[in-house]
Amino acid sequence: MEGQLAHIGAGIAGLGTGLAALGVGNVAANFLSGALRNPSAAASQTATLFIGIAFAEALGIFSFLIALLLMFAV
Amino acid sequence: MATEMEAAQGADAAAHGGEAGGLVFHPMDQFIVKPLFGHGEVGLFTITNVTLWMLIAILGIVAMMVLGTSRRAVIPSRAQSVAELVYGFIYKMVEDVTGKEGLRYFPYIITLFLFIVFANFLGLIPMSFTVTSHFAVTVVLALAVFVGVTALGFIKNGKSFLSLFWVSSAPLALRPILAVIEVISYFVRPVSHSIRLAGNLMAGHAVIKVFAGFAALAVVSPLSIVAITAMYGLEVMVALIQAYVFTILTCVYLKDALHPHH
Repeated sequence: MEGQLAHIGAGIAGLGTGLAALGVGNVAANFLSGALRNPSAAASQTATLFIGIAFAEALGIFSFLIALLLMFAV
Repeated sequence: MATEMEAAQGADAAAHGGEAGGLVFHPMDQFIVKPLFGHGEVGLFTITNVTLWMLIAILGIVAMMVLGTSRRAVIPSRAQSVAELVYGFIYKMVEDVTGKEGLRYFPYIITLFLFIVFANFLGLIPMSFTVTSHFAVTVVLALAVFVGVTALGFIKNGKSFLSLFWVSSAPLALRPILAVIEVISYFVRPVSHSIRLAGNLMAGHAVIKVFAGFAALAVVSPLSIVAITAMYGLEVMVALIQAYVFTILTCVYLKDALHPHH
């Protein structure tokens, strides 16, 4: 029973990765809308874009980690 | 006629697959660490498939960077221009993010980038092994960065490195709370740094193998070939982007160590 509950918990934790995808999409969309307004400044900001994506993704990675722990370590 | 036969075979395979219990192989089987010689246990110094593919990655880097640029032609050959392109790209990235002082640590950063890029791309060869899909490998890479950057911060700035956690631009009442959050986020860095790389690589390769497992049913096999091709294209992109993200985050952490003041 507890193992099954852990699997359900892993599925719920998987929701977090989807929410992180929303965050990453938000970063990319805002970058694109900014870049289309001022294309000459866009190229210099790609590094910032990737840093922003990486930080937005980090919390999704934690929920992925929790899902992995629930699947294989509990 | 042929399609009818295919359909019949497909139904047969489906029935058979149902009996056998789904997938012929497990999608995570590709990540098993095996000894290259013999079938003994994997110990500390056993030569495994991980060792082999790390060695191939390092030989590939040496071939590209040392042999490729050995002629030092004024008009570069193809190999030399690739090597120069990679060198220039990483050099500019380090300079942009960390500033002039960061260039002293450029050799370490380009080593990280080249190792991860080669390991990622070698993992895309069918039947190969993806070294960077293992948490054990990426955690060591990320911990080396974390320990190195922390030590560097204390050596360069002494006690004032701790001002990284003391946000002087915030109101005084908020600063202790922010300090706690900053400390937590500092120590969580190696976790997200390593798991981002391994998680992306592992998930992508596992998805490809899941689609490959669907190909056992003849009815859906054309669809699964299309899906594998699409995922493969995505994985080529992910291989490069994740290496880039790992390196640029290393640069950001290095910048924090060199200039801790907010």
